[in-house]
Amino acid sequence: MGLVLLVVIWLITFISTYFFVAKTWWLPVGASAAAAGIDQHFTTTFILMGIVFVAAQVALGYLVWSYRDRGTASKASYSHGNTTLEIVWTVLTTILFVGLNLTSSSIWASERFRAAASDSVQVEVTGMQFAWYFRYPGPDGKFGATNPELEDASAGGEAALGLDTKDPASKDDVVSGIMVVPVNREIEVILRAHDVIHSFFIPQMRFKQDAVPGLAIHMHFTPVQTGEYEILCAELCGLGHYKMHGIVRVVTPEEFDKWLAAREAEKQ
Amino acid sequence: MAGGTGGGETITMSTHESAVQAAHAHAGPQGFIRKWVFSLDHKVIGLQYYFLALVAVFVGMFLSLLMRIHLVWPTVALPLLGDIRPETYLTLVTMHGTIMVFFVLTTAPQGGFGNYFLPIQIGAPDMAFPVLNMLSFWTTFAGFIVMIAAFFVAGGAPLHGWTGYAPLSAVQSTGPGEGLGADLWIISIAIFCIGALMGALNFITTTLDMRAKGMTMMRMPLTVWAWFVTAILGLLAFGVLLSAGILLLMDRNLGTSFYVPLITVNGQLTGHKGGSPLLWQHLFWFFGHPEVYIAILPAMGLASQLLSVFSRKPIFGYKAMVYAILGIGFLGFMVWGHHMFMSGMSPYTAFAFSIMTMGIGVPSAIKTFNWLGTIWGGRIRFDSPMLFAIGFVSLFVSGGISGPFLAQPVLDIQLHDTYFVPGHFHLIMGVASIFGIFAATYYWFPKMFGRMMNESMARWHFWFSFIGTYAIFMPMHYLGMAGMPRRYSQMTEVAYLHNLIPLQKFITYAAFITIAGQLIFLVNLFWSMFKGKKAVDNPWEATTLEWTTATPPPHDNFGGHTPVVHNGPYEYGVPGAPRDYVMQSDPGIEPAH
Amino acid sequence: MASFSTTATIIDSGPPDYGTRLRRARLGLLVALTPVLMLFVSFTSAYVVRQGLPTLDPRTATLVRDWIPVTLPKLLLINTGVLVLSSLFMELARRQVRGEAARESADSIPGVSLGGENKIPWLAMTLVLGVIFLFGQWMAWRQLAASGFYVATTPSSSFVYLLTGTHAVHLLGGVLALCSAGVASLLGLSLTRRSIVVDVTAWYWHFMAGLWVYILCLLEFAS
Repeated sequence: MGLVLLVVIWLITFISTYFFVAKTWWLPVGASAAAAGIDQHFTTTFILMGIVFVAAQVALGYLVWSYRDRGTASKASYSHGNTTLEIVWTVLTTILFVGLNLTSSSIWASERFRAAASDSVQVEVTGMQFAWYFRYPGPDGKFGATNPELEDASAGGEAALGLDTKDPASKDDVVSGIMVVPVNREIEVILRAHDVIHSFFIPQMRFKQDAVPGLAIHMHFTPVQTGEYEILCAELCGLGHYKMHGIVRVVTPEEFDKWLAAREAEKQ
Repeated sequence: MAGGTGGGETITMSTHESAVQAAHAHAGPQGFIRKWVFSLDHKVIGLQYYFLALVAVFVGMFLSLLMRIHLVWPTVALPLLGDIRPETYLTLVTMHGTIMVFFVLTTAPQGGFGNYFLPIQIGAPDMAFPVLNMLSFWTTFAGFIVMIAAFFVAGGAPLHGWTGYAPLSAVQSTGPGEGLGADLWIISIAIFCIGALMGALNFITTTLDMRAKGMTMMRMPLTVWAWFVTAILGLLAFGVLLSAGILLLMDRNLGTSFYVPLITVNGQLTGHKGGSPLLWQHLFWFFGHPEVYIAILPAMGLASQLLSVFSRKPIFGYKAMVYAILGIGFLGFMVWGHHMFMSGMSPYTAFAFSIMTMGIGVPSAIKTFNWLGTIWGGRIRFDSPMLFAIGFVSLFVSGGISGPFLAQPVLDIQLHDTYFVPGHFHLIMGVASIFGIFAATYYWFPKMFGRMMNESMARWHFWFSFIGTYAIFMPMHYLGMAGMPRRYSQMTEVAYLHNLIPLQKFITYAAFITIAGQLIFLVNLFWSMFKGKKAVDNPWEATTLEWTTATPPPHDNFGGHTPVVHNGPYEYGVPGAPRDYVMQSDPGIEPAH
Repeated sequence: MASFSTTATIIDSGPPDYGTRLRRARLGLLVALTPVLMLFVSFTSAYVVRQGLPTLDPRTATLVRDWIPVTLPKLLLINTGVLVLSSLFMELARRQVRGEAARESADSIPGVSLGGENKIPWLAMTLVLGVIFLFGQWMAWRQLAASGFYVATTPSSSFVYLLTGTHAVHLLGGVLALCSAGVASLLGLSLTRRSIVVDVTAWYWHFMAGLWVYILCLLEFAS
């Protein structure tokens, strides 16, 4: 039985590890400025924890086989422990875990401790059951007022947001069902929600943030690769949670300017 | 007759004589109702909790099977139930999680085995407050009935997940099931809180005040330490959950706005304003994080016990194990924010929680090293309790390794609310704890029922469960890394998720097979109660006090005689001893000169 | 080499004595008060957070604070006095029953008579004051409603009803425990058992009185 346990534990360990190492199912290719640093730290964590995983499982399998009762008359070795060993592995574990965390915290700080740059492209992202809407402030650089009493989701666009057209700042706001942003520019995202908590998740951008009703949460990211990327809702929001997805299109600055200008022109 | 634990006569008897003395035995109650329904005997109450959890686990497994089928074949209609709509899937998710966490993982290890064996292992005749104990079981049972009732009311059971985030859970119009069903869900949990608090009261008072002579705190088995610290966690955490539930009921039914800001649902203003959804998360997770330690600590205590018994070796580092249990309990109250890194919480606060979370990995690692150290140099017997204890260690390692990924906010950005998270918590909390329940069953069945379980069926059960649960939950880590979000009722709407359907199908097939394997356990359990081989008083040659009693133990556990404890709980392989184990109540081991 | 013998020492156990039972009951109460405390700690933190919490005004997308303090009815001060007085009576009742229990074992010795028992019905008086307090809280609620503050009117009024209501529910538990002790006394049931019930309920009662003073201070001063 000891041998069978060893074989099964080792097989499970090696098969699982294989799929991790072969990256059969893996993080999607990163497309934001932050992705490289995050992925690097992911790899570091992965290697260190992988070593611990394999070592612990291999040791477990080996020990249960090696110390099986062989039917001899001798007793097991009578040991209540080893204090030096306890101290050593406690210290080493603490260094590993805390060290890993402190290393990642500089990336966290650079992503989250600072506000968006003053020249970032602003997009207000609003989640509601079960769609995302994106609003650009227009040439005046100001987002107009919204009024919950004016909301009409069935009419889409501005009406879904409850845009208050009486506010002069609203007149040039561009509302879109698709998020379009220029590449290599910092994008400031202002996250809002109308009804329940949603979460704005773009896997390739390594970007996720809950959109919470009652809050306007400011975040930022910088796309570095043009293309179309899926936006998923990553916080349970009701029966349509699985189909609350959107698209972010990362285009060249010229294409972005053209797109935005065309949308702003429609507002005149 | 003079009472008290300090007076009385000293009788010298042979250690091999049974502890039951008919002349002094305290007779139990007569009559079916008082003996089996409203019993005050902690052993009967323990069995009541156990069988409640057994029913709950099969309900929970059935719900998860339906989930797995719908996820990979969303258009298939099931027999009897028909089409499963998206909201129904979310109801299954919600009730699966709630029933498993509360009525299985918080019920069987603590209410079940803790009730049965804590008093015996410390040499007490019963719990401190037997009437309260009886009430705690029936309160928990009532909570279960209310929870099941949620399925059958108008609108059905809620769809807001076992975590019940507001405003989804706080406003009745946010979805089907969020009406009366959600109210019943909250009320059921509130009832459960009260039952759990009653139980915690008993466990703590009993452990502190009713230990037999010689049973110092540092001679208590690690199972007792685990039940004791688990009870303390419950004592501090369930009151907060109750408070969160009260505020939620008020928001839902009295129009208050503790959790609900100004929102519109389906374009309609709800009348709430100014509340904070994050307040719910803070209160819920202040309970919710200690809850996961409540779920796992008893299994950790038992693993320590079984690895020692079946390696015929003392536990490696008993003191370190005790400190680790205390450390996990204490730190468990300081890490709740790691469930909220993406919630809109301040990033500085997130950093603080993340450091504490990495810190709590240290005592868990210490315990793992000590388990390996216990096996090292042992003479391992591969009886079924040991198989599940070894399986527990493997699962705990696997589940624990994914923790440091999630504990770092910068990596949690990618992994939060993906399948990586259920992969992590099912391995380390769900399956590991269930393996603890199985191990406890195989181990203590002979003492509870006087018969042995069938060892051959036990082995089949072990292999189905061990390989099966790895097959189910290890692939979830890959799914999470590839970006599969949680709580999606189907994978048809997002393009890149189509590539992940084959892996999800593999998981579903593995789930079918693993759940089928649990039927072997069910058959074994009931068949052995009536037809199992008769058991001796101490079939495993273990040292703790429950193995000194008759089988099953008499009404007051020790037949009117309280044992006196002379030794620690893990004296196996003592050099010079006549056998390879020395009972806790055997006369003291003199240190070698 | 370690030495062993083959005998074990077993002590005959009997039912626990009064002192053990009292100690155990008091320990149980101390443990039981912990989750009650946690409940109110949790409410307190919700209260403090909610007071300072700004919320988004969707119209301007700016954060605004919306805390309007409630003027508490003066009746609450009278109720406080009633409860504190009842706590005093409760303590006197506790000592009275304890004295009776001690006297009972002495009185059973032939030829011994301690006499001079205190005949004032402190327990009954505590019970009456407790019920008056609960009734007074109910009246205070009516006064609050009359001045326009219902449970959902403002966040501050929600907390007033929440804290006072939860406290009242817990005090009602104490009242029921006193009732059972009173009934046990009238029926002449076991004095030691009654003494333990009254002792434990007394400490619970004092905790509830202290908790009430805390709640009042929180609502009145923490703004």
